[in-house]
Amino acid sequence: MDRYRNNAFAVEALVRDTEVHRDVYVDPEIFELEMEHLFPNSWIYIGHASQLSKPGDFITANIGRQPVLASRHTDGAIHVFYNRCPHKGVKIASEPCGNTGKFFRCPYHAWSFKTDGSLLAIPLRKGYEGTGFGDAQANEGLSKIRNVVVYRDFIFAQLNDNGVSFADYFGESLSTIDNMVDRSPEGKLAVVAAPIRYMHTCNWKMLVENQTDTCHPMVAHESSAGTAVKVWKREQGASTETPMAVQLYGPFMSPYEFYEQSGIRIWPNGHGHTGVANSIHSNYSDIEGYLGQMVAAYGETRAHEILGDVRHNTVYFPNIMVKGAVAILRNFIPIAVDKTLVESWVYRLVGAPDKLYERALMYNRFINAPTSIVGHDDLEMYERAQEGLKSNGNQWVNLQRLYEAGEQADVTAVINGTSERQMRNQFHAWAKFMTIDMDSHVEAAE
Amino acid sequence: MITEKTITDFIYREADLLDTMQWQAWLDLFHPEGRYWMPLEWQQQDPVLQPSLMYEDLLLLKVRVERLAGERTFSQKPKSRCHHLLQAPQIVACDPEAGLFKARTSYIYTETRGDLLERFSGWASHDLVQIGDGLKIKLKRVDLVNFDAPFGNIQLFM
Repeated sequence: MDRYRNNAFAVEALVRDTEVHRDVYVDPEIFELEMEHLFPNSWIYIGHASQLSKPGDFITANIGRQPVLASRHTDGAIHVFYNRCPHKGVKIASEPCGNTGKFFRCPYHAWSFKTDGSLLAIPLRKGYEGTGFGDAQANEGLSKIRNVVVYRDFIFAQLNDNGVSFADYFGESLSTIDNMVDRSPEGKLAVVAAPIRYMHTCNWKMLVENQTDTCHPMVAHESSAGTAVKVWKREQGASTETPMAVQLYGPFMSPYEFYEQSGIRIWPNGHGHTGVANSIHSNYSDIEGYLGQMVAAYGETRAHEILGDVRHNTVYFPNIMVKGAVAILRNFIPIAVDKTLVESWVYRLVGAPDKLYERALMYNRFINAPTSIVGHDDLEMYERAQEGLKSNGNQWVNLQRLYEAGEQADVTAVINGTSERQMRNQFHAWAKFMTIDMDSHVEAAE
Repeated sequence: MITEKTITDFIYREADLLDTMQWQAWLDLFHPEGRYWMPLEWQQQDPVLQPSLMYEDLLLLKVRVERLAGERTFSQKPKSRCHHLLQAPQIVACDPEAGLFKARTSYIYTETRGDLLERFSGWASHDLVQIGDGLKIKLKRVDLVNFDAPFGNIQLFM
């Protein structure tokens, strides 16, 4: 049923000032339109340049449903292509990452392409002589994505030419990526291992909203973090040193007041972060030698400024979350209206002590793994919401907490840390990037 | 005297305790310094500086077990159940003098909750030590054949 296709007004009507219609989470047509409009219109994270350290290295990803391929060319440049052979559409690369050598070779008919995407050779090429092949799109090689920006080694791509540049789209929100990279004494991050992958039977937006939902940890995670604190109190005996594991779990049980004063910062285009004044990551033990390295690299003042900025979760709209203080990025990859693949990456801070990486890996398996008890708490809530939203009794999801009449969208502001304003901010951006290229929107404006 | 049969009996009993949800008796099988490890890489060597699905000491295993029974543990309403189907353990080492007891066991593991059933295949490796007349787990390592696939919740123990 095409209730929403080419009907920007109907899509926009799903988002009200303080609530959103359940169709944004459960309607398959809305999901299709997200794949066709929202994801191609947004700047999407593809991967990290350290995954492409040598010429010929490649990684694969999806933007919405469309498979893409990023490669490192012999001149050092990074290119991003649609991952399909111009001949019959066969995916050029099917693994998550690898090295293709000097060229890509389609496994079906051996068409080959340089690592900048240009067509290198076709077997029995004389069969195309005199056919006008020179004018065919296939002759151009792999179709290139033009809007690609590598920001401090983070590779982003935007499929549609809609005029929203990378700088305009992200603006000041890039300060979280800056902070994460600056936490390396060498100003460099590296991916050295595969992500933890976790399949969720819920809509992808539930996961994104949860990143700045500060009123759920002390409730939903009482079972995991609360039990961890309780068991440690009982078992600690004479021990005065809190183990790393308990340091990671414990702060989830912080009271409402803690989150209220921690604050939330929102930015235009749906980006925002929790943990402005301080965060659940503020009180981890110092790691021996690290501060000294940072001071040596940046000077006393700047080093403390970098390490003092302990933002909790930064949402980069639409579908990644960056945790600068722990060097983790979570990618919420939409698979179906009720299915989301979550890939959680840990970056190694180049030049920093191993212990930091050890802690980040521990955090990742405690919180973001299919074997994570915190993850179990959250997924149970998402699944129940995905089921509950089928109910017709009330078709709206309420996002009203700390709403103020006349609230402006697309602004920068710091607000009470238990506000649901970042969720409202995301849905404002959602409606914008869903409809920015819908035909009826243009007609209506005329 | 620890024999190969002592080792295989120990492994069968461990699986039985998990299948019958005798969590405390299962925890009692671990040495105080014991670990439960689920690697995330093929033939992984390092549980600390390489990513794992789980690498837990007794404190963390106690948290998991206590959580399973928690009043507000909503992901256990309804409760999960599990079933271990084990191949005969392959004895890798049975050396009482050196205190080395190791076995590797191929398994199919089933975890169910409500109407859902998930099935996993892999190998469990046990590093055991002798305490008194019996054995304790120093390391239980669980390698899934598809460790790199995205799973839904795995709430119990393989």
